[in-house]
Amino acid sequence: MSDLTKSGAAVGEPTGASPAPTAFLEVRDLKVHFPTDDGLVKSVDGLSFQLEKGKTLGIVGESGSGKSVTSLGIMGLHTAGQYGKRKAQLSGEIWLDGTELLSADPDHVRKLRGREMSMIFQDPLSALHPYYTIGHQIVEAYRVHHPVDKKTAKRRAVEMLDRVGIPQPDKRVDSYPHEFSGGMRQRAMIAMSLVNNPELLIADEPTTALDVTVQAQILDLIRDLQKEFGSAVIVITHDLGVVAELADDILVMYGGRCIERGPADKVFYEPRHPYTWGLLGSMPRLDREQQERLIPVKGSPPSLINVPSGCAFNPRCPYADIPKDNVTRTVRPELTEVDTRHWAACHMTQEQRERIWTEEIAPKL
Amino acid sequence: MSEKSKDTAVTIPAQGESAGDPEILLKVTGLQKHFPIKKGLLQRQVGAVHAVDGIDFEVRAGETLGVVGESGCGKSTMGRLITRLLEPTGGTVEFEGKDITHLGMGGMRPLRRDVQMIFQDPYSSLNPRHTIGTIVGAPFKLQGVTPEGGLKKEVQRLLSVVGLNPEHYNRYPHEFSGGQRQRIGIARALALNPKLVVADEPVSALDVSIQAQVVNLLDDLQQELGLTYVIIAHDLSVVRHVSDRIAVMYLGKIVELADRDSLYKAPMHPYTKALMSAVPIPDPRRKDAKSERILLRGDVPSPISPPSGCRFHTRCWKATEICRTTEPPLLELKPGQRVACHHPENFEDQAPQDTVLLSVAREAAELVADEVLAESAETSAAVAAEVADAGGAEAVSASTGTASTGTVSGGSAAADGADAGQESTEK
Repeated sequence: MSDLTKSGAAVGEPTGASPAPTAFLEVRDLKVHFPTDDGLVKSVDGLSFQLEKGKTLGIVGESGSGKSVTSLGIMGLHTAGQYGKRKAQLSGEIWLDGTELLSADPDHVRKLRGREMSMIFQDPLSALHPYYTIGHQIVEAYRVHHPVDKKTAKRRAVEMLDRVGIPQPDKRVDSYPHEFSGGMRQRAMIAMSLVNNPELLIADEPTTALDVTVQAQILDLIRDLQKEFGSAVIVITHDLGVVAELADDILVMYGGRCIERGPADKVFYEPRHPYTWGLLGSMPRLDREQQERLIPVKGSPPSLINVPSGCAFNPRCPYADIPKDNVTRTVRPELTEVDTRHWAACHMTQEQRERIWTEEIAPKL
Repeated sequence: MSEKSKDTAVTIPAQGESAGDPEILLKVTGLQKHFPIKKGLLQRQVGAVHAVDGIDFEVRAGETLGVVGESGCGKSTMGRLITRLLEPTGGTVEFEGKDITHLGMGGMRPLRRDVQMIFQDPYSSLNPRHTIGTIVGAPFKLQGVTPEGGLKKEVQRLLSVVGLNPEHYNRYPHEFSGGQRQRIGIARALALNPKLVVADEPVSALDVSIQAQVVNLLDDLQQELGLTYVIIAHDLSVVRHVSDRIAVMYLGKIVELADRDSLYKAPMHPYTKALMSAVPIPDPRRKDAKSERILLRGDVPSPISPPSGCRFHTRCWKATEICRTTEPPLLELKPGQRVACHHPENFEDQAPQDTVLLSVAREAAELVADEVLAESAETSAAVAAEVADAGGAEAVSASTGTASTGTVSGGSAAADGADAGQESTEK
């Protein structure tokens, strides 16, 4: 693995002047735009974050906020050329362990994919090939990166299936995906993505298609595996409960941008963006006394073709009129550090937000 | 939520089972639905999916009954059976005292005004070729009703009731977002002033912030129009938020049916307890308190050949021999809390003589933290002592016997005056 990384550094020499970062994964000003007949869809519009090994980053947001597009961007899965002009337009920098991925040779990225970074998809039934056995697919993933014979690879597959808790792995390795239940398929997916000991694991809504009891099993498994392998994990979900269980850091996305980022504790207990307040207020919670009413966010998520000018959240924000000079509708707020390692993008002053949170929002949750 | 007191004579509802009781809007007894599995050239029936396998419950006017369970437990089939979109295989469905189990299309038509459904997927439940005016107006045309002030005016009124712009009357479903479409579905369901609305996963296809809007809307409409809801959902926190009473289903059976607060504070069925502990809590400070979680081993067994006895015994950490051989009846052990379990949590054991755990249970218990086990044994013992003190010899003798159904339900009914005989006697 080490020689791969070395050669990667040569290929991935930075194009700009920006120096290679120290973090294991660093995304800088990532933009993913899709040209369509209706206009340019700005799915991700300037996203930056860092992630260290052994840590988990939770990306939260509603559908269409750009969570999945970000993950596909990091994996380099947007550039499939067969769509011709419809190709996604990516810009920015993605640094993985000293290698810049966006400007790197696609062949080189392919060597990293599956080995250095891998992904767990939301729907295991459509992510697994129905025509091949589970074992075949895991063996294939392993042999792409390791020059071993099929027997050794199969032994490795059985070992992985055993590790993710599939009973009778030596028999189940020859089963087809349709013979597995939803939870078992997701375990098989996890086994496949971990077979090469990747250092970055991206889980895109890993438990959304599963029942709660199975979800609890899978979350437990992801947590244990991370401890064991020490990889960096990105969990993408719309479920704040899932991120609270897994994540060390949380990044809240809205309209293709990060609107708040910080340690999980801070984002849950001292959120500094009205949208985060809205998310927390719209969730019924089992751990609290029954709320009288939920506090929903009014309106609906923005169109990514015509993102509202100024702060993308301004049409839904109950506090949009607090900052002076109509600034929320004209100027896009930048992420500013509100506390150590805690950023939020809002025009309201720190004091205003702190007051609204402690006096108006927090008591109602 | 307010108990609607439209009923004329009965002010204090006798919570009995007289068919004409106006408080009970819908009564379901022994309801079954088996879907045949056919194979071969002659399409012989080789088996059946026991989607719903004998459930009893009633829905009182003005309340919200929540139905929860994992996928494949039969909750959606149940919803379609009580709205008679599916033909039951067995059992009866009574609506306002009238048996509607096997009514034909024509027989059901007048009742369709009173029983409406909201569907899960707002994308496939609206005809893409019809304007929303046509969609919301369809119930009036089908029922031959001319609303006061004309159809268009009424439809526009309905649209504004659910929070849509009445001027969008002429738009098509694709012009609306998911949350707005769900509102259209709700407007359609409310068009004819139904008495009972069955909502099958009304918010699960929606984003969190939109989910809250729709939940609040359903709440407001119930208070304004005095609706009765049956809300089917898999999300336990949403169900707790909207329901007055909750039924927990597992493999085609109701395993627990209780008032919201009793169910969430002190679940009695081990499955309910496991289900609730599995819900991820949006609180990072509780990340380390994971020991409270009960992990269930494996998946839900196949409804084609459900396990014998108690259907949960293959995954339960308390299962004993009796669980494998005898199916526990759904009994009212506490006022307002019915449970089908031999060894309930937070209550005295119903089969205390049977103490040897099945080997599967021993395996399952490995996944349950010791504190949880100890705590549950403690509460069970405490409740048993309490019952022995207060309840008198009757309940005790019943529980020491082989779970004799009649006495237990009689005992609890005598104690609190709740519906006796509601539970079917041992089958």
